[in-house]
Formats: sequence, C-alpha cells, structure tokens
Amino acid sequence: MATSTPPAKLELRPPPYPLDALEPHMSQNTMSFHWGKHHRAYVDNLNKQIVGTELQGKSLEDVMIRTYNKGDLLPPFNNAAQVWNHDFFWDSMKPGGGGKPSGELLKAIERDFGSFEKFSEEFRSAAATQFGSGWAWLVYTVNPRPSDGKELLVLKTPNAVNPLVLGYTALLTIDVWEHAYYLDYQNRRPDYISIFMEKLVSWDAVSAKLEVAKSRVA
Amino acid sequence: MATATATTSSAVPATAFLRRQGANGGANRSLRWARNQHQRWSPRRSGAAVITAKFDLKPPPYPQDALEPHMSQNTMSFHWGKHHRAYVDNLNKQIVGTELQGKSLEDVMIRTYNKGDLLPPFNNAAQVWNHDFFWDSMKPGGGGKPSGELLKAIERDFGSFEKFSEEFRSAAATQFGSGWAWLVFNPRPSDGKELLVLKTPNAVNPLVLGYTALLTIDVWEHAYYLDYQNRRPDYISIFMEKLVSWDAVSAKLEVAKSRVA
Repeated sequence: MATSTPPAKLELRPPPYPLDALEPHMSQNTMSFHWGKHHRAYVDNLNKQIVGTELQGKSLEDVMIRTYNKGDLLPPFNNAAQVWNHDFFWDSMKPGGGGKPSGELLKAIERDFGSFEKFSEEFRSAAATQFGSGWAWLVYTVNPRPSDGKELLVLKTPNAVNPLVLGYTALLTIDVWEHAYYLDYQNRRPDYISIFMEKLVSWDAVSAKLEVAKSRVA
Repeated sequence: MATATATTSSAVPATAFLRRQGANGGANRSLRWARNQHQRWSPRRSGAAVITAKFDLKPPPYPQDALEPHMSQNTMSFHWGKHHRAYVDNLNKQIVGTELQGKSLEDVMIRTYNKGDLLPPFNNAAQVWNHDFFWDSMKPGGGGKPSGELLKAIERDFGSFEKFSEEFRSAAATQFGSGWAWLVFNPRPSDGKELLVLKTPNAVNPLVLGYTALLTIDVWEHAYYLDYQNRRPDYISIFMEKLVSWDAVSAKLEVAKSRVA
C-alpha cells in the first residue's frame, strides 16, 4: 500500500549535554522535571492541538508566529512558544559555562551597553523583575533599525512570549518561570540568576547566534 | 498628620503565637511562625515623634505544619515566610512617604490597580491581600462538601456541586503561567447567577474587577512545586479534597449577601 507523507509531529529535543551536566548549579533533579515533564508536556500538548489542522507539518517557528496572531493569541501559541523557548534555553547554557564573552560579541556588548558589567546588571535586573512567569533575553535587532543605533537589547517577556514574535533575533535567554529554579533555589531568584551568569551561560552559543544574525543582514 | 492605623486585622494579637491542642496532651506548641512579625507600629523619629503606619505580615489561622501532608510545613515556611513576607516588606518600602501610606490594604490595591493600568505598588499590595485570603481559604481537616445556603447557591448556579468542582478545578489547571482561581459572588449579575468561577493572572484578583471573593487557590508554581512539582492537577485535587475551608467560604457568602440585602 502506498504510504502518504507521515503525519508530521514535533519531537522533544534533548539538551546538548546530559541531564546531570549542569550540577550543582542546575540539578539533575530540576532537569528531570523541567525537560522531562514540562518541556515534554509542551511538545505533546502542541502535537495534540495541531494534528489534523493546517498547522500540522509546519515548522515550529511558523506555528509559533501564526498562532501569536499579532498578540491575539490562538490556543496553540503557548505550547508552541514554550517548546521553542525551552529548546533555546538549553542551548543558552553549557557545562562549565559562565565567565565573559569575547571577540565580536564582547565588542558589541561594550558598544551598546557601555561595558559587560552594565549589560550583566541590566540582564540580571530584567530577569529579577519579570513579575510572574516569563523570560529575560539578550536580543539582536536590525529591522526596524533602532533609532539609537543600538543593535543589542535586553528584553523581558511574560509567560510564553518571546522576541521572535516581536520581530527580534534572540541571542540568549534565562527562564524565570518558578519551575526553572524552585527545587534548587526556592524563592531566591536573584541567586539563581547570579549562578546562571557565573556558571551556566554559554557565550559560545550566543556568539554563534550573533554571527548568524549579522550574516543575514549583511 | 500621619494616620496610625494598623491595616491588618485588628483581631491579630500583638504576639501572634499560635497554639494547638495536640496529641501531646494539649501542651502548648512552641511558636512556629517567625517571631518578628508582631510589631504593629514602627515609630520613627524625625524631629517630632511620628507614628508611621505600615502593613504587617499576618500569619495563617493555623500552625505552619497544620496542613501536612497535603501542603507541607516546608512549603509554608517558604510560601508564607519568604514570598508573602517579601510582598509585605516591599509594599511598605514602596508606599512609605507617599499618599498611599496609612490607607487600608484594599484601598491601596484598588487605587494602584488604576483600572488595569497598574501602578508599581499594585503587584505587592494585591499579592499581600491574595495570600491573606488564600490562608483563610484553607483549614486543617478541610475539604469535603459545603452545606446550607452555600451548597444551595452552588447547586442553583452550577447545577451541582460536582459541576462547580469541575469548573473550579479546570480554571485552576488552565490558568497559564502564574495566577489564581476563584469562586466569587457577583452582586449585580446580568444573568441572575450570583456565583461564578474566575481565573486571574499574576496578582490580579476579583476585588479589583468588582466582585466579592469567596474562595481562592494559588496556582503560582511556588504554591505547589516543592510538594507536587509539575503535577498541578494533583495539587488542585488535594486542595479540594483535603484543604478547602467551606466554613470560611460560607461566612464570606453570608457577609456578601448581607451587603446586598
């Protein structure tokens, strides 16, 4: 019997490191719930929502932008965006991460924030002050060209919203939904943010994303 | 002149030590709630003595371990002792020296809700109120079914207790991100139904939307993550089966109806 195209289904992608690789800063226990339960549920629930609809078979980013629907969110948006956001979050970290960026990325940060320390302070503050659930981001923006000439910005977003649907290119994120840090840090979100900056952030990944973003514009 | 009004319930004693008759022959338990929250006044000297009003962190009406195993003492120590306390402390810092100082909590909350264009103190003020209300919505040995006028009202407006329970649980489970689910009394219903289930995001509550709150469940992840992790539906079930204080809900309905009569 001729097989038609199999129904496209989005898959749960694992982080690019084992679940215990970010210990003790982000415990295996946390990863087993955060990736194994939360991220997995977003994938499974998204698949259930889009099966048999015109969204099935489209890319994740396509589903996300269509269901963002200019801010008038359609039901699959929360799941689609949370799948994307979590993929991006795991990529924003690495074992032995932290420290400072270098090269073009550092130059860009120093140009647009004044110094790495000022960027770090702004990023930490955004992450600490996002009330309720959400994310903090470093983003690259070129279109529309910002009036002040700055290509890099810090943003914070609520719930599942991300910079892509707002027209930016994401470079780095930290998840500040309580499920991201509660087992390891409880109410101490600022401590979690500090550890993320000092021990987890993958500046390699951020540099690579900036390079891609700039090459698209060139 | 600064009004020296204590803004939390005046029924709270100066030392909010809670005692419980327990299996150990009724001996007084040692204090379980933190010791430093009984101060009602914070006198401040600036030339002439000025009494500065500030909000206090009110303890729940039961000891910290009283809701075990359904809501652990560990959770309560963070939820009340850290989160609720921080909302109170941060609210006080935000309003000191402003025209909001000395007003009641509800007044601060409604003014800073500002018809949806939230002013900075709103999140803290509303979260103080919401958490006070949440502790009152539960009791040791809670759960079960309501009775009397409350049950009649639920059956009238939802069809049955089971249908209400399903709607409430569903609201709590589907509030995306942080927020609350509520049973409320609507004093001016256009459809004749006085009772409604609502869900609200972050710090928003029914009061600022014009309703009277009767019952709430906190579905911010900090409310259940240590005990239930991702299993919010399990937390909601246990809340309904073992924690909800129908006495408290009945009392609030009675007050709400007496205002309308």
